[in-house]
Amino acid sequence: MIQINKQVQDTIICNKCSIPLTVGKVTLSYLGSDFPVELYKCLQCGLVFIPEELARGKMDQVEKALEDK
Amino acid sequence: MEQKVLHEREKRCIQEQPPGCTAACPVHVDARGIASAVRKGDYQAGAQLLHNMVPFPRIISNICDQLCQQGCRRKEIDESIAINRLEKICIDNSNEAFLKMVLMPPRDKKVAIIGGGLSGLTAAVELGKKGYNITVFEAADRLGGGIWNFKETRLPRQNIVDDFALLEKLPVKINFNVQVSNKENSNLSFHSLSAAFDAVYLAIGCTDITTLALDFALDIDEKIGIDPFTLATSNPKIFAGGSLLLGFDHKSPITSICHGKMAANSIDRLLQNASLTANRDREGAFTTLLYTNVEGVEPQKGVRCADADKGYATEEALEEANRCLLCECLECVKVCEYLAHFRGYPKRYVREVYNNLSIVMGIHHANKMINACNLCGLCEQVCPGNLNMGEICREARQFMVRKGKMPPAAHDFALRDMQFSTGKEFVLSKHQPGFSSSRTVFFPGCQLSASSPQHVIKMYQFLCEKITDGVGLILGCCGVPADWAGQEDLFKQTIQNIEDSWRKLSSPRVITGCSTCYSIFKREFPEMDVEPIWTLLEKIGLPDRKEENFSPLKLAVHDTCTTRQEAELQQSIRNILHKLGHQVEELKNSRQVTECCGYGGLMSFANPEIAHKMIDKRIHENEHDYLTYCAMCHDNFANQGKRTYHLLDLVFKEEGQQIPREKGPGYSQRQENRARLKTTLLKEVWGESVDEEQCNVTLIISDSVRQVMEERRILTNDLIAVITHAESTGNKLKNIENNTYIAYFKPISVTYWVEYSQGEDGFVIHNAYSHRLEIKG
Repeated sequence: MIQINKQVQDTIICNKCSIPLTVGKVTLSYLGSDFPVELYKCLQCGLVFIPEELARGKMDQVEKALEDK
Repeated sequence: MEQKVLHEREKRCIQEQPPGCTAACPVHVDARGIASAVRKGDYQAGAQLLHNMVPFPRIISNICDQLCQQGCRRKEIDESIAINRLEKICIDNSNEAFLKMVLMPPRDKKVAIIGGGLSGLTAAVELGKKGYNITVFEAADRLGGGIWNFKETRLPRQNIVDDFALLEKLPVKINFNVQVSNKENSNLSFHSLSAAFDAVYLAIGCTDITTLALDFALDIDEKIGIDPFTLATSNPKIFAGGSLLLGFDHKSPITSICHGKMAANSIDRLLQNASLTANRDREGAFTTLLYTNVEGVEPQKGVRCADADKGYATEEALEEANRCLLCECLECVKVCEYLAHFRGYPKRYVREVYNNLSIVMGIHHANKMINACNLCGLCEQVCPGNLNMGEICREARQFMVRKGKMPPAAHDFALRDMQFSTGKEFVLSKHQPGFSSSRTVFFPGCQLSASSPQHVIKMYQFLCEKITDGVGLILGCCGVPADWAGQEDLFKQTIQNIEDSWRKLSSPRVITGCSTCYSIFKREFPEMDVEPIWTLLEKIGLPDRKEENFSPLKLAVHDTCTTRQEAELQQSIRNILHKLGHQVEELKNSRQVTECCGYGGLMSFANPEIAHKMIDKRIHENEHDYLTYCAMCHDNFANQGKRTYHLLDLVFKEEGQQIPREKGPGYSQRQENRARLKTTLLKEVWGESVDEEQCNVTLIISDSVRQVMEERRILTNDLIAVITHAESTGNKLKNIENNTYIAYFKPISVTYWVEYSQGEDGFVIHNAYSHRLEIKG
């Protein structure tokens, strides 16, 4: 995980603001539930980065769990 | 689902009914379970099963008269299982006795049992466990009565001793050498005994009742009148049974034990002021409702013992136990991968669905199961009780949608695809050029148009040629995805739009290209004259074919599940194949019991894993190439590697054309095919000029990325939306290591992510993924 994080910081930038991404607070929401999480984002314009592993892993699990509630 | 409906449905699934052997056994010994235990070599478990129902297993395992064999299904094939011998090996090889006894607190009521044979002692055990004070009066100086008539080789005496040792643990007093009768020479008068006890069980075996001068009303055979269901006599506190009731010629150890249990039940009810008769219909032998298919079971004679007195040796017992059919129904589970997937059977599933709909807070465990069913109705066809899981799941989905509890992910993609097919890019409704009314209208359906639009064009042209009084055309979707998804409002609205278009064309006869559209129209529009293309083709004849190198094919016909009840339609398919010169091979499950291709009920969207298994099972049922007449069946089979023809591939085959098609088009291509079909028809048939929307975003997508998109149900249009958004707003990330962009966008409910780069000819797509959690910032 640390390695992936390091990679993000070194390799992904916000194209508009031309600055590297930094970990910041983001709220994810689904079916009426909100989740404050920490994700890489552009601190200037707020653009967020969700890597594929997260979208198809943990986030997918959360979606499924909420759908069955 | 009302509780009453739940119970009615549960009752129709007979899987939990006992097997014939258990039902025929008066005390319902789980003989199937014993055979199963012997197979595993778990004799202790087998012995326990016998002991659960019989208080004296060491005796019964040697002398049972095996009424169970009357109910054994094996009897219809060769001979019944030797259940008693299987019981014997279990008992002989189990060291400990094991009667699960929960002794209830002592009660102050006293019960007399006259006769210490199997029946009387069974009653003593049963009532003793319940805490009653029992006194047994035995005329002889030992317990057991008639069982001593069996030879030592058949019934070892030690077994008797071991079994009766149980009585010492119970509040049972035994008086030997007491002859109870009203005769003067008796040492205990029946009158005084009856007066001293709260209830009496008379189990005096084959003794001649007249010699005892008991003051019962005797029937013409000089026997006491005994109610066979309660064992009650004319005296309300006296019950009678065992060989006394059975008679010398009909002695049955297991029935004597049964009578002991029945008498104990009656006496317990009497002493608790409960009804003697309520809910006793399954006491004693009964007829089970369990259905077991014995088709294809090979005859195999029963296994003989090398040494009859010793019973089966281990191998002999195993061989005999292996003959047991372990009767169960599971007819539906055997033919349906969906029902098999959840490792149960409908009776359990119905209950799970009911619970799922009833809970207010907590996890809805059955959502997945409810949404996975293909609603194809095969279960109803093969079920002895005609239970239809599809009906239950469809109803449950409607309920979930109404309550806002339907997981959005289950059907969202399919419903958006339907939205495309009911939207302006595909919908069309027109009279034939040159006609101001239509006597007939062709409705090809959304999936045939998506899968093979060229066939729709050819078919429409052919119909116009053959039917001369005007053939209109309606492009659209019949709404079945909404119906399957439980979206009642959306379905009604879709159907209403179709009805409006149809009426505007002056309510002509409708010819459908898709069997599912046909089934929906037939169900929804009683006044619509609707006919499938296939029966019509039989009447109007097939298009002319000029094929010089014609080679006949042998094809296994896969009937579409929505034609289950359409025998005429199914016959037409075969007739057309014959007319085309091909040979028909019938699949084992065809016509009324045909299987679904995995598209039905939106299974392949809600649960691709089960759909995949379903398709895999179906395509391996026959080695010949398959013939389908539904675009989805065709594409699903072809996509999973089965050589499959759509009937229109053969009807419209042209010289040199390569068939069958290898695969069906992907989701994006399907939508594009529909849209293009509409514009092509407008241009070529109606000569209209069409403003085609020009998309100025060109995507370059490799096959491997396309495959990923297909699995993740991401359309080319979704990618275009993301890139258009990113490029117009500048909102995109950049991977500075490989110079690719990463962008995301949420057009409606799903957020799509695309990794792309700017190529010379357009945007090169490297990856795409999505999620439903919304980024709120």
